Amino acid sequence: MIPGPFTYHRPSSVAEALAVLAAHGDEARPLAGGHSLIPMMKLRMATPEHLVDLGAIKELAGIRADGAEIVIGATTTQAELIKSELLAAKAPIIRETAMQIADPQIRSKGTLGGNVANGDPGNDMPAVMQCLDARYVLQSKGGERIVAARDFYQGAYFTALQEGEILVAVRIPTPAAGHGSAYEKLKRKIGDYATAAAAVILTVSGGKVASAAITLTNVGSTPLFAEEAGKLVIGTNCDAATAKKAAEAAMAITDPATDGRGTAAYRRAMAGVMTARALAKAFARAKTGA
Amino acid sequence: MTDTIEQVAVAVTVNGKRVKRFVDPRTLLIHFLREEMNLTGSHIGCETSHCGACTVEMDGLSVKSCTVFAVQANDTEVNTVEGMANADGTLHALQEGFRQMHGLQCGFCTPGMLMRAKVLLAENPDPSEDEIRFGIAGNLCRCTGYQNIVKAIQYAADKLNGRAQKEAAE
Repeated sequence: MIPGPFTYHRPSSVAEALAVLAAHGDEARPLAGGHSLIPMMKLRMATPEHLVDLGAIKELAGIRADGAEIVIGATTTQAELIKSELLAAKAPIIRETAMQIADPQIRSKGTLGGNVANGDPGNDMPAVMQCLDARYVLQSKGGERIVAARDFYQGAYFTALQEGEILVAVRIPTPAAGHGSAYEKLKRKIGDYATAAAAVILTVSGGKVASAAITLTNVGSTPLFAEEAGKLVIGTNCDAATAKKAAEAAMAITDPATDGRGTAAYRRAMAGVMTARALAKAFARAKTGA
Repeated sequence: MTDTIEQVAVAVTVNGKRVKRFVDPRTLLIHFLREEMNLTGSHIGCETSHCGACTVEMDGLSVKSCTVFAVQANDTEVNTVEGMANADGTLHALQEGFRQMHGLQCGFCTPGMLMRAKVLLAENPDPSEDEIRFGIAGNLCRCTGYQNIVKAIQYAADKLNGRAQKEAAE
Protein backbone atom coordinates (compact mmCIF):
# COMPACT_ATOMS: atom_id res chain seq x y z
CA MET A 1 0.00 0.00 0.00
CA ILE A 2 1.46 3.28 -1.12
CA PRO A 3 -0.09 6.66 -0.30
CA GLY A 4 -1.27 9.04 -2.99
CA PRO A 5 1.13 11.70 -4.25
CA PHE A 6 1.80 14.84 -2.26
CA THR A 7 4.22 17.70 -2.08
CA TYR A 8 6.53 17.44 0.92
CA HIS A 9 7.43 20.42 3.07
CA ARG A 10 9.92 20.34 5.92
CA PRO A 11 9.83 23.73 7.66
CA SER A 12 12.35 24.51 10.38
CA SER A 13 10.14 26.87 12.39
CA VAL A 14 6.51 27.06 13.50
CA ALA A 15 6.12 30.34 11.59
CA GLU A 16 7.27 28.68 8.40
CA ALA A 17 4.95 25.70 8.96
CA LEU A 18 1.99 28.01 9.55
CA ALA A 19 2.78 29.92 6.36
CA VAL A 20 2.73 26.68 4.33
CA LEU A 21 -0.51 25.55 5.99
CA ALA A 22 -2.12 28.95 5.36
CA ALA A 23 -1.05 28.91 1.72
CA HIS A 24 -2.68 25.54 1.00
CA GLY A 25 -5.74 25.56 3.26
CA ASP A 26 -7.44 22.21 3.71
CA GLU A 27 -5.24 20.58 1.06
CA ALA A 28 -2.39 20.61 3.60
CA ARG A 29 -1.93 18.44 6.68
CA PRO A 30 0.73 18.61 9.37
CA LEU A 31 2.75 15.40 9.83
CA ALA A 32 4.14 14.60 13.28
CA GLY A 33 4.88 10.93 14.10
CA GLY A 34 2.65 9.88 11.24
CA HIS A 35 1.32 6.76 12.90
CA SER A 36 -2.28 7.87 12.53
CA LEU A 37 -1.93 9.80 9.28
CA ILE A 38 0.33 7.52 7.20
CA PRO A 39 -1.91 4.43 7.60
CA MET A 40 -4.90 6.58 6.60
CA MET A 41 -2.96 7.82 3.56
CA LYS A 42 -2.05 4.25 2.61
CA LEU A 43 -5.75 3.36 2.66
CA ARG A 44 -6.47 6.57 0.67
CA MET A 45 -8.83 7.63 3.43
CA ALA A 46 -6.64 10.74 3.70
CA THR A 47 -5.21 12.30 0.56
CA PRO A 48 -3.48 15.55 1.53
CA GLU A 49 -1.82 17.29 -1.39
CA HIS A 50 0.68 18.98 0.87
CA LEU A 51 2.33 17.35 3.83
CA VAL A 52 3.98 19.65 6.34
CA ASP A 53 6.51 17.59 8.31
CA LEU A 54 6.91 19.08 11.79
CA GLY A 55 9.85 16.80 12.58
CA ALA A 56 12.58 19.40 12.06
CA ILE A 57 11.01 22.13 14.20
CA LYS A 58 13.10 22.30 17.36
CA GLU A 59 10.71 24.59 19.25
CA LEU A 60 8.06 21.81 19.16
CA ALA A 61 10.27 19.30 20.98
CA GLY A 62 11.05 18.68 24.61
CA ILE A 63 9.61 18.39 28.10
CA ARG A 64 10.26 21.07 30.72
CA ALA A 65 9.04 22.47 34.00
CA ASP A 66 7.76 26.05 33.71
CA GLY A 67 6.80 27.48 37.07
CA ALA A 68 3.75 25.57 38.33
CA GLU A 69 3.32 23.82 34.98
CA ILE A 70 4.89 21.08 32.93
CA VAL A 71 5.19 21.95 29.25
CA ILE A 72 5.41 19.15 26.71
CA GLY A 73 6.22 20.04 23.10
CA ALA A 74 3.80 18.63 20.54
CA THR A 75 6.33 16.43 18.75
CA THR A 76 7.50 14.71 21.93
CA THR A 77 7.18 10.98 21.28
CA GLN A 78 5.56 8.39 23.51
CA ALA A 79 9.03 6.85 23.96
CA GLU A 80 10.35 10.22 25.21
CA LEU A 81 7.42 10.51 27.62
CA ILE A 82 8.32 7.07 29.01
CA LYS A 83 11.98 8.02 29.45
CA SER A 84 11.34 11.42 31.07
CA GLU A 85 12.51 11.59 34.67
CA LEU A 86 10.55 14.81 35.19
CA LEU A 87 7.29 13.10 34.23
CA ALA A 88 8.08 9.94 36.20
CA ALA A 89 8.55 12.09 39.30
CA LYS A 90 5.80 14.68 38.83
CA ALA A 91 3.08 13.10 36.68
CA PRO A 92 3.63 9.35 36.48
CA ILE A 93 0.21 8.75 34.90
CA ILE A 94 1.65 10.02 31.61
CA ARG A 95 4.37 7.35 31.60
CA GLU A 96 1.92 4.67 32.73
CA THR A 97 -0.41 5.58 29.87
CA ALA A 98 2.30 5.91 27.21
CA MET A 99 3.42 2.35 28.00
CA GLN A 100 -0.07 1.11 27.14
CA ILE A 101 -0.09 2.76 23.70
CA ALA A 102 0.57 0.46 20.73
CA ASP A 103 4.06 -1.12 20.80
CA PRO A 104 7.72 -0.05 21.12
CA GLN A 105 8.23 0.75 17.43
CA ILE A 106 5.10 2.89 17.26
CA ARG A 107 5.99 4.64 20.52
CA SER A 108 9.32 5.60 18.91
CA LYS A 109 7.48 7.73 16.36
CA GLY A 110 4.01 8.49 17.74
CA THR A 111 3.79 11.90 19.38
CA LEU A 112 1.79 13.38 22.23
CA GLY A 113 0.64 16.22 19.97
CA GLY A 114 -0.61 13.86 17.29
CA ASN A 115 -2.30 11.65 19.84
CA VAL A 116 -4.25 14.51 21.41
CA ALA A 117 -4.89 16.68 18.34
CA ASN A 118 -6.23 14.01 15.99
CA GLY A 119 -9.55 13.69 17.78
CA ASP A 120 -9.57 9.89 17.52
CA PRO A 121 -11.82 8.72 20.38
CA GLY A 122 -9.67 5.59 20.67
CA ASN A 123 -6.52 7.53 21.59
CA ASP A 124 -5.48 7.30 25.23
CA MET A 125 -3.81 10.63 25.93
CA PRO A 126 -6.87 12.89 25.47
CA ALA A 127 -8.64 11.47 28.53
CA VAL A 128 -5.41 11.59 30.53
CA MET A 129 -4.91 15.23 29.55
CA GLN A 130 -8.49 15.96 30.59
CA CYS A 131 -7.83 14.25 33.90
CA LEU A 132 -4.73 16.41 34.43
CA ASP A 133 -6.75 19.50 33.37
CA ALA A 134 -4.15 20.20 30.70
CA ARG A 135 -4.38 23.10 28.28
CA TYR A 136 -3.48 22.93 24.61
CA VAL A 137 -1.48 25.77 23.06
CA LEU A 138 -2.73 26.35 19.51
CA GLN A 139 -0.89 28.62 17.15
CA SER A 140 -1.93 30.19 13.87
CA LYS A 141 -0.66 33.06 11.75
CA GLY A 142 -2.97 35.28 13.79
CA GLY A 143 -1.34 34.35 17.09
CA GLU A 144 -1.73 31.92 19.92
CA ARG A 145 -4.74 30.71 21.85
CA ILE A 146 -5.16 28.23 24.64
CA VAL A 147 -7.97 25.69 24.86
CA ALA A 148 -8.57 23.42 27.85
CA ALA A 149 -8.41 19.71 27.04
CA ARG A 150 -11.84 19.43 28.66
CA ASP A 151 -13.25 21.85 26.01
CA PHE A 152 -11.23 20.69 23.01
CA TYR A 153 -13.10 17.59 21.83
CA GLN A 154 -16.39 18.09 19.98
CA GLY A 155 -16.93 14.75 18.24
CA ALA A 156 -14.99 11.91 16.67
CA TYR A 157 -12.09 13.51 14.75
CA PHE A 158 -13.75 16.88 15.36
CA THR A 159 -11.94 19.27 17.68
CA ALA A 160 -11.55 22.96 18.44
CA LEU A 161 -8.47 23.01 16.20
CA GLN A 162 -9.19 25.30 13.27
CA GLU A 163 -7.82 25.32 9.75
CA GLY A 164 -4.40 26.91 9.66
CA GLU A 165 -3.78 26.16 13.34
CA ILE A 166 -1.32 23.70 14.82
CA LEU A 167 -1.03 22.40 18.35
CA VAL A 168 2.43 23.45 19.53
CA ALA A 169 2.49 22.36 23.18
CA VAL A 170 0.51 20.89 26.03
CA ARG A 171 0.65 22.74 29.36
CA ILE A 172 -0.12 20.66 32.43
CA PRO A 173 -0.62 22.08 35.93
CA THR A 174 1.93 20.09 37.96
CA PRO A 175 -0.13 17.68 40.07
CA ALA A 176 0.16 18.13 43.84
CA ALA A 177 3.08 16.32 45.48
CA GLY A 178 1.88 13.05 46.95
CA HIS A 179 -1.09 12.70 44.61
CA GLY A 180 -2.12 9.26 43.39
CA SER A 181 -3.00 8.37 39.83
CA ALA A 182 -3.78 5.42 37.59
CA TYR A 183 -4.72 4.64 34.02
CA GLU A 184 -6.61 1.38 33.73
CA LYS A 185 -7.12 0.17 30.18
CA LEU A 186 -8.93 -2.94 29.04
CA LYS A 187 -7.82 -4.06 25.60
CA ARG A 188 -8.06 -7.26 23.58
CA LYS A 189 -4.33 -7.46 22.91
CA ILE A 190 -1.14 -5.42 23.13
CA GLY A 191 -1.27 -2.47 20.76
CA ASP A 192 -5.04 -2.32 20.66
CA TYR A 193 -7.26 0.62 21.39
CA ALA A 194 -9.20 0.48 24.63
CA THR A 195 -12.39 -1.51 24.97
CA ALA A 196 -12.78 0.99 27.79
CA ALA A 197 -10.26 2.87 29.92
CA ALA A 198 -10.31 5.21 32.89
CA ALA A 199 -7.87 7.78 34.22
CA VAL A 200 -7.94 8.87 37.86
CA ILE A 201 -5.94 11.51 39.72
CA LEU A 202 -6.67 12.24 43.35
CA THR A 203 -5.17 13.69 46.50
CA VAL A 204 -5.67 12.33 50.00
CA SER A 205 -5.73 14.29 53.22
CA GLY A 206 -6.25 12.68 56.63
CA GLY A 207 -7.07 9.35 55.00
CA LYS A 208 -9.88 10.84 52.87
CA VAL A 209 -9.98 11.92 49.25
CA ALA A 210 -9.49 15.69 49.10
CA SER A 211 -9.72 16.16 45.33
CA ALA A 212 -10.36 13.83 42.43
CA ALA A 213 -10.66 13.84 38.67
CA ILE A 214 -11.92 10.91 36.60
CA THR A 215 -11.98 10.66 32.80
CA LEU A 216 -12.79 7.92 30.30
CA THR A 217 -11.35 6.72 26.97
CA ASN A 218 -13.19 5.22 23.98
CA VAL A 219 -16.65 4.94 25.45
CA GLY A 220 -18.09 7.88 23.51
CA SER A 221 -17.25 9.95 20.45
CA THR A 222 -14.91 12.06 22.61
CA PRO A 223 -12.93 11.49 25.78
CA LEU A 224 -15.24 12.03 28.74
CA PHE A 225 -14.71 14.06 31.92
CA ALA A 226 -16.72 12.19 34.56
CA GLU A 227 -17.22 15.20 36.80
CA GLU A 228 -20.02 13.75 38.91
CA ALA A 229 -18.08 10.51 39.51
CA GLY A 230 -15.10 12.52 40.74
CA LYS A 231 -17.25 14.54 43.17
CA LEU A 232 -18.75 11.37 44.65
CA VAL A 233 -15.43 10.13 46.00
CA ILE A 234 -14.42 13.35 47.75
CA GLY A 235 -14.43 12.97 51.53
CA THR A 236 -14.47 9.17 51.33
CA ASN A 237 -11.80 6.52 51.71
CA CYS A 238 -12.71 4.98 48.34
CA ASP A 239 -14.45 2.03 49.96
CA ALA A 240 -16.24 -0.51 47.79
CA ALA A 241 -19.64 1.22 48.08
CA THR A 242 -18.16 4.57 47.02
CA ALA A 243 -16.25 3.01 44.14
CA LYS A 244 -19.47 1.36 42.96
CA LYS A 245 -21.34 4.68 43.08
CA ALA A 246 -18.54 6.44 41.20
CA ALA A 247 -18.42 3.67 38.62
CA GLU A 248 -22.16 3.97 38.07
CA ALA A 249 -21.88 7.74 37.65
CA ALA A 250 -19.08 7.25 35.14
CA MET A 251 -21.05 4.62 33.23
CA ALA A 252 -24.03 6.97 33.04
CA ILE A 253 -22.19 9.48 30.84
CA THR A 254 -20.84 6.91 28.38
CA ASP A 255 -22.25 6.25 24.93
CA PRO A 256 -20.07 3.53 23.45
CA ALA A 257 -20.66 1.98 20.05
CA THR A 258 -20.98 -1.75 19.60
CA ASP A 259 -17.83 -2.84 17.75
CA GLY A 260 -15.29 -5.64 17.55
CA ARG A 261 -14.34 -4.93 21.15
CA GLY A 262 -17.78 -5.72 22.45
CA THR A 263 -21.38 -4.61 22.67
CA ALA A 264 -22.28 -1.16 23.89
CA ALA A 265 -23.60 -2.64 27.14
CA TYR A 266 -20.39 -4.57 27.73
CA ARG A 267 -18.16 -1.60 26.99
CA ARG A 268 -20.26 0.61 29.29
CA ALA A 269 -19.94 -1.98 32.05
CA MET A 270 -16.18 -2.14 31.48
CA ALA A 271 -15.97 1.65 31.79
CA GLY A 272 -17.36 1.16 35.28
CA VAL A 273 -14.92 -1.64 36.09
CA MET A 274 -11.96 0.41 34.86
CA THR A 275 -13.15 3.41 36.90
CA ALA A 276 -13.36 1.34 40.10
CA ARG A 277 -9.95 -0.25 39.48
CA ALA A 278 -8.27 3.06 38.69
CA LEU A 279 -9.82 4.64 41.78
CA ALA A 280 -8.57 1.85 44.04
CA LYS A 281 -5.08 1.99 42.56
CA ALA A 282 -4.84 5.79 42.66
CA PHE A 283 -6.06 5.88 46.26
CA ALA A 284 -3.58 3.21 47.37
CA ARG A 285 -0.76 5.04 45.59
CA ALA A 286 -1.67 8.36 47.23
CA LYS A 287 -1.68 6.71 50.66
CA THR A 288 1.63 4.93 50.22
CA GLY A 289 3.32 7.62 48.14
CA ALA A 290 4.02 5.08 45.39
CA MET B 1 -0.86 14.85 -11.10
CA THR B 2 1.84 12.42 -10.03
CA ASP B 3 4.50 13.77 -12.39
CA THR B 4 4.05 17.30 -11.09
CA ILE B 5 5.25 16.22 -7.64
CA GLU B 6 8.83 17.21 -7.10
CA GLN B 7 11.37 14.55 -6.28
CA VAL B 8 13.09 15.17 -2.97
CA ALA B 9 16.76 14.54 -2.15
CA VAL B 10 17.27 12.09 0.68
CA ALA B 11 20.63 11.40 2.29
CA VAL B 12 20.68 8.49 4.72
CA THR B 13 23.46 6.53 6.36
CA VAL B 14 22.43 2.92 5.81
CA ASN B 15 24.46 0.29 7.66
CA GLY B 16 27.28 2.79 8.01
CA LYS B 17 27.34 3.86 4.37
CA ARG B 18 26.13 7.32 3.35
CA VAL B 19 23.72 7.14 0.41
CA LYS B 20 21.91 9.86 -1.50
CA ARG B 21 18.87 9.42 -3.72
CA PHE B 22 16.07 11.47 -5.21
CA VAL B 23 12.72 10.00 -4.23
CA ASP B 24 9.04 10.63 -4.69
CA PRO B 25 7.97 11.98 -1.27
CA ARG B 26 5.41 9.18 -0.87
CA THR B 27 8.13 6.53 -0.98
CA LEU B 28 7.98 4.57 2.25
CA LEU B 29 11.25 3.74 3.97
CA ILE B 30 10.67 -0.01 3.48
CA HIS B 31 10.45 0.50 -0.30
CA PHE B 32 13.49 2.77 -0.27
CA LEU B 33 15.50 0.06 1.49
CA ARG B 34 14.24 -2.84 -0.60
CA GLU B 35 13.95 -1.24 -4.02
CA GLU B 36 16.50 1.58 -4.02
CA MET B 37 19.13 -0.06 -1.83
CA ASN B 38 18.39 -3.71 -2.75
CA LEU B 39 18.36 -4.52 0.98
CA THR B 40 15.57 -7.08 0.98
CA GLY B 41 16.12 -8.43 4.49
CA SER B 42 13.49 -6.08 5.93
CA HIS B 43 10.18 -7.63 4.96
CA ILE B 44 6.81 -6.24 4.01
CA GLY B 45 4.32 -8.15 6.12
CA CYS B 46 1.02 -6.58 7.06
CA GLU B 47 1.64 -3.02 5.79
CA THR B 48 -0.58 -1.70 8.58
CA SER B 49 2.04 -1.05 11.29
CA HIS B 50 1.06 -4.19 13.18
CA CYS B 51 3.40 -7.05 12.35
CA GLY B 52 6.87 -5.56 12.71
CA ALA B 53 8.50 -7.56 9.87
CA CYS B 54 9.73 -4.22 8.45
CA THR B 55 11.39 -3.12 11.72
CA VAL B 56 14.69 -1.30 11.30
CA GLU B 57 16.82 0.84 13.58
CA MET B 58 16.67 4.58 12.94
CA ASP B 59 18.93 6.82 15.02
CA GLY B 60 19.03 4.15 17.72
CA LEU B 61 15.25 3.65 17.84
CA SER B 62 13.15 0.77 16.52
CA VAL B 63 10.75 1.90 13.81
CA LYS B 64 8.33 0.20 11.45
CA SER B 65 9.70 1.20 8.06
CA CYS B 66 6.30 0.68 6.39
CA THR B 67 5.00 3.66 8.36
CA VAL B 68 7.87 6.09 7.86
CA PHE B 69 8.43 8.05 4.66
CA ALA B 70 11.93 7.85 3.26
CA VAL B 71 12.03 11.66 3.39
CA GLN B 72 11.53 11.47 7.15
CA ALA B 73 14.72 9.41 7.32
CA ASN B 74 16.74 12.21 5.75
CA ASP B 75 19.95 12.80 7.72
CA THR B 76 19.39 9.79 9.95
CA GLU B 77 21.33 6.59 10.51
CA VAL B 78 19.38 3.52 9.50
CA ASN B 79 20.53 0.01 10.32
CA THR B 80 19.02 -3.09 8.76
CA VAL B 81 19.56 -6.80 9.32
CA GLU B 82 22.12 -6.79 6.50
CA GLY B 83 24.41 -4.72 8.72
CA MET B 84 24.01 -6.87 11.79
CA ALA B 85 26.80 -9.44 11.54
CA ASN B 86 30.15 -8.61 13.12
CA ALA B 87 32.79 -6.92 10.97
CA ASP B 88 34.76 -10.18 10.68
CA GLY B 89 31.73 -11.92 9.21
CA THR B 90 30.80 -13.90 12.31
CA LEU B 91 27.22 -13.78 13.45
CA HIS B 92 25.95 -11.20 15.93
CA ALA B 93 25.06 -12.77 19.28
CA LEU B 94 21.37 -12.39 18.43
CA GLN B 95 21.74 -14.12 15.08
CA GLU B 96 23.66 -16.88 16.78
CA GLY B 97 21.00 -17.10 19.49
CA PHE B 98 18.14 -17.36 17.01
CA ARG B 99 20.00 -20.22 15.28
CA GLN B 100 21.00 -22.02 18.47
CA MET B 101 17.61 -21.79 20.16
CA HIS B 102 15.53 -22.35 17.00
CA GLY B 103 14.06 -18.88 17.22
CA LEU B 104 14.16 -18.60 13.42
CA GLN B 105 11.06 -20.72 12.76
CA CYS B 106 9.97 -19.91 9.15
CA GLY B 107 12.24 -16.88 9.10
CA PHE B 108 9.88 -14.30 7.62
CA CYS B 109 9.55 -12.23 10.80
CA THR B 110 13.17 -12.86 11.84
CA PRO B 111 14.85 -9.74 10.41
CA GLY B 112 12.34 -7.52 12.23
CA MET B 113 12.68 -9.60 15.40
CA LEU B 114 16.47 -9.33 15.27
CA MET B 115 16.45 -5.59 14.69
CA ARG B 116 13.93 -5.02 17.47
CA ALA B 117 15.87 -7.28 19.86
CA LYS B 118 19.08 -5.38 19.10
CA VAL B 119 17.60 -2.08 20.27
CA LEU B 120 15.85 -3.78 23.19
CA LEU B 121 19.20 -5.14 24.45
CA ALA B 122 20.85 -1.76 23.88
CA GLU B 123 18.19 -0.14 26.08
CA ASN B 124 18.04 -2.95 28.63
CA PRO B 125 21.07 -5.29 28.49
CA ASP B 126 19.63 -7.72 31.02
CA PRO B 127 15.88 -7.99 30.44
CA SER B 128 13.60 -10.37 32.30
CA GLU B 129 11.37 -12.69 30.30
CA ASP B 130 8.44 -10.32 30.88
CA GLU B 131 10.50 -7.37 29.67
CA ILE B 132 11.48 -9.30 26.54
CA ARG B 133 7.87 -10.19 25.82
CA PHE B 134 6.77 -6.57 26.37
CA GLY B 135 9.71 -5.37 24.26
CA ILE B 136 8.87 -7.52 21.24
CA ALA B 137 5.10 -6.95 21.45
CA GLY B 138 5.23 -5.06 18.15
CA ASN B 139 6.65 -8.06 16.27
CA LEU B 140 4.19 -10.76 15.30
CA CYS B 141 5.16 -14.35 14.47
CA ARG B 142 2.68 -16.76 12.90
CA CYS B 143 4.70 -19.95 13.36
CA THR B 144 4.76 -21.81 16.61
CA GLY B 145 5.00 -19.08 19.15
CA TYR B 146 7.46 -16.92 20.95
CA GLN B 147 9.12 -19.29 23.40
CA ASN B 148 12.21 -19.91 21.29
CA ILE B 149 12.41 -16.26 20.27
CA VAL B 150 12.49 -15.30 23.94
CA LYS B 151 15.16 -17.95 24.57
CA ALA B 152 17.19 -16.63 21.63
CA ILE B 153 17.15 -13.11 23.04
CA GLN B 154 18.10 -14.45 26.50
CA TYR B 155 20.96 -16.37 24.84
CA ALA B 156 22.20 -13.15 23.22
CA ALA B 157 21.85 -11.18 26.46
CA ASP B 158 23.90 -13.83 28.26
CA LYS B 159 26.57 -13.80 25.57
CA LEU B 160 26.78 -10.01 25.39
CA ASN B 161 26.97 -9.87 29.20
CA GLY B 162 29.84 -12.37 29.17
CA ARG B 163 27.84 -15.16 30.78
CA ALA B 164 27.80 -18.75 29.58
CA GLN B 165 24.90 -19.46 27.25
CA LYS B 166 22.31 -22.04 28.06
CA GLU B 167 22.29 -25.26 26.07
CA ALA B 168 20.57 -25.12 22.70
CA ALA B 169 16.96 -26.21 22.50
CA GLU B 170 16.47 -29.90 21.86
